[in-house]
Amino acid sequence: MSDNILISLVIPLLGAILIALSNKRQNLRECITLVTAVCLLIFNIRLLSHILNGDRPEFFLLEIFPNAGLSLQIEPLGMLFALIASSLWVVNSIYSIGYMRANAEKNQTRFYVCFALAIASTMGIAFAGNLITLFLFYEILTLCTYPLVTHHGTAQSKAGGRIYLGILIGTSIGFLLFAIAWTWHITGDVDFSKNGIFSEEQFQGLIPLVLLALYIFGIGKAALMPFHFWLPAAMVAPTPVSALLHAVAVVKAGVFSVVKIIVYIFGISNLASIDGTQWLMILAGFTILSASVVALRSDNLKRRLAYSTISQLSYVVMAASLFAPIAIVGAALHILAHAVSKITLFFAAGAIYTASGKTKVSELDGIGKKMPITMAAFTVGALSLIGIPPAIGFISKWYILSGAISSGHMFAVIVIIISTILNAAYFLPIIYAAFFKDAKQNEANHGEAPVSIMIAITMTALLTLVLFFFPDIALNLGNQLAGISER
Amino acid sequence: MISTQLPALQIVVPLLAAPLCVIVRHPRTCWIIALVASWITFAVSIGLFIEVQNIGVISYAMGNWAPPWGIEYRIDSVNVYVILIVSSIGALVSSYALASVNVEIDKDRHYLFWASYLLCLTGLLGVTITGDAFNIFVFLEISSLSTYVLIALGRNRHALYAAFRYLILGTIGATFIVIGIGLLYLMTGTLNLYDLSSRLGDMSLTQPQLAALAFLTVGISLKLALFPLHLWLPNAYAFAPSVVTSFLAATATKVAVYLLLRFAYDVFGKSQVFSELPLGEVLLVLSIVAMFVASTVAIFQHDIKRMFAYSSIAQIGYITLGASFASQTALTASVVHLFNHAITKGGIFLLLGIVAIRLGQPTFKKIEGLGKLMPWTSAGLVICGLSLIGVPGTAGFISKWYLVLAVLEKGWWWLALMILASSLLAVLYVWRLVEAMYFSKTEISTLNTGASPSLSMYIIASLLAVSCIFFGFHTSFSVDGASEAAKALMEYTNR
Repeated sequence: MSDNILISLVIPLLGAILIALSNKRQNLRECITLVTAVCLLIFNIRLLSHILNGDRPEFFLLEIFPNAGLSLQIEPLGMLFALIASSLWVVNSIYSIGYMRANAEKNQTRFYVCFALAIASTMGIAFAGNLITLFLFYEILTLCTYPLVTHHGTAQSKAGGRIYLGILIGTSIGFLLFAIAWTWHITGDVDFSKNGIFSEEQFQGLIPLVLLALYIFGIGKAALMPFHFWLPAAMVAPTPVSALLHAVAVVKAGVFSVVKIIVYIFGISNLASIDGTQWLMILAGFTILSASVVALRSDNLKRRLAYSTISQLSYVVMAASLFAPIAIVGAALHILAHAVSKITLFFAAGAIYTASGKTKVSELDGIGKKMPITMAAFTVGALSLIGIPPAIGFISKWYILSGAISSGHMFAVIVIIISTILNAAYFLPIIYAAFFKDAKQNEANHGEAPVSIMIAITMTALLTLVLFFFPDIALNLGNQLAGISER
Repeated sequence: MISTQLPALQIVVPLLAAPLCVIVRHPRTCWIIALVASWITFAVSIGLFIEVQNIGVISYAMGNWAPPWGIEYRIDSVNVYVILIVSSIGALVSSYALASVNVEIDKDRHYLFWASYLLCLTGLLGVTITGDAFNIFVFLEISSLSTYVLIALGRNRHALYAAFRYLILGTIGATFIVIGIGLLYLMTGTLNLYDLSSRLGDMSLTQPQLAALAFLTVGISLKLALFPLHLWLPNAYAFAPSVVTSFLAATATKVAVYLLLRFAYDVFGKSQVFSELPLGEVLLVLSIVAMFVASTVAIFQHDIKRMFAYSSIAQIGYITLGASFASQTALTASVVHLFNHAITKGGIFLLLGIVAIRLGQPTFKKIEGLGKLMPWTSAGLVICGLSLIGVPGTAGFISKWYLVLAVLEKGWWWLALMILASSLLAVLYVWRLVEAMYFSKTEISTLNTGASPSLSMYIIASLLAVSCIFFGFHTSFSVDGASEAAKALMEYTNR
């Protein structure tokens, strides 16, 4: 059973090799991508039943340093993250096929290979059993998504790639690696364990505070200000990359690592018991609000979505920084909620670009009449992120809000309320313009995007709604994570 | 029987093979002689390594003259590790070399090349294996003189200038070393290192002894290209034939570092030179400066071999940094980086040798679009580049991890931050290469020399690239060997 974990990493890796060997035969290559994605999903669903039973399968791969090496262990949050990434990979693969063909992109084999490798490393992050393993896969994820960001090879995408790599590698080597080495130096341990790995004597004075800061800023993928610039820069990538990687896998790997380190390295009760950790909540709150304001002022649709992502990611960080079990559940749920909602929005942006070539918000007047399904899906995703039922975004926001109220953090409550208004302010005008304004004269006529794009977009939009009615599995995993229930 | 003669064979085999090349003169036969000799040398060093693991320190009296009067070869866990690095690289490079040498060196000079190559190997191994101070000087000169020849064999006219420059600076370094050794002999009456170390004792050093230490340190630092004594290195690496650059980058500076460790921790060990004298601080500061300045200079190079030459100076900074404060972890980091940097830089220059056959001297302009033309070679360069940065999963990460831990043990968190910050400079120059290779539009133009890289070049170069990853996960050889060496060095200081 326990060596089965490894298979989750091997499946996409094998897929990547097969795609590379497919020798540019388009149909074969995309067939392999889809089959690999479906296999991975089925496999992860099989793992899920063990986790729901309260099992924590472990697998020790090899020893690099004395007592520390590559080890995998599945815990509830990792399971949730792996499930999100692998199920959305299936949908995204369907979407990619339509998008990459319709836009006649070059280097498609490299694209699919890197994509599969990125998913493999995402699985590695999700199932990492210790900090070393987490760090290894974290860096691999950065490296194999870099060719996807610079996919077009233009000066603009190279510049974007530089910022991407510079910030992600810079923060991770400068701060995260330092924090890991320091943790090892203090505790002699890097394994994730239930109530943190620090003893009471080690958790004194300034050191836990400095370490917390190093971890938080070291995980650049969480896009907390001031290390958020890479995300808008990464939007030069083809839209399927922005959708799966920069709304789901990469950024979620960031906030996932933040939550995981707060819960399993520090321990939430440990952090709740010391003073001086409030800065994290305030910084996250600031990021939520200021990123929303920037989103409001962005005319480029993908840029607006990117800043919205920055703001939504900080919801997760802020929820984790309340150090209250119920907010931790909210953080886990919000990872899910934002994933399905934001991927729908990116899919819609890509569909609009593919069908009409439009990239700006101001050009979208009346587009809802030409692309009703796309804009309906967009609406569902937007409503979910604003937090309106019946969409999953409502549930996660509810949990975070109750966590904030029950732990008495009025600051967080106010931030959530203001940001909800801001969310509405940057999403609703798009929807209004699309459906209720008239299109400008002399515009080319176009219909919906290719069919595989439409299938993908419908699936994620429906998922956003369905999860509102059936959030049980995610809730169960969240409760296990927060220690509210054992199974 | 043969196993007791291993220490002698280690030197004698390549030493005798060298004149054989000059007698034979036929290019291909010379190569076969060098190939066989270097692989036998490698096999011998494996034998020595196993023997040291089993029975501990080996003392071999050359010509049966009992030490300390005769020359003693003394092999402990420190130098056997370095010997293994040098001889393995020696064997790999000679297997790689044929096609590259054919292209880069005139046919009628091949025998000179192989003779000098073998002499250089002999010299480097001799410096490492011997337990006699004057013998060190002799072998150092053998290796240096043959290195000048090897560099000057480069076709580019700059190679002559680079070799001459190294000749001048190298000779100054050697002179300093011989003055240091002479002073030591004057004060103690012995040249045997082991004997020297016990005679120097743990009394505080006298003025001439201090002078000896100073001369030795400066001389050795010149050889290992410690900033700011590195001026000979960039041009020497850039204009020497590819094979020579790979061999030198992986071995020559490593042997010099070994000498520094040997003198500082063993011969002068009881005087605690790094904790009692300001030497440690000086070395520390210079290492930090090297890490930053050399990496920064590397970023602005046009010539790729030159860029990696500057990167070598920075990487040597990491090694000397680990050597500059006496702790078990720091020395482990330092010694393990000898190995990890040898395979990384060796791999890089071998890969560049393949590129050079297709494109000529590799510059940033010429390699635009290399990713399409030579996908495997480019991938190998990326892997080695990642190891240079110290990305987890590569050999470079292991060294950096131990170095950071060692610094944290001292409580110098600011230094840990600086080490990590300096690796970000490596990201910059490695990524310049990646961008040029993979993300530029220009059509690449190849040379029409008709030469093409041989299969053995690809095999050896990719072997090193793969080992950059292999030793990033399996550390049982590299780290265990290094920590044994570190333990031995620490024991010498308390002997």
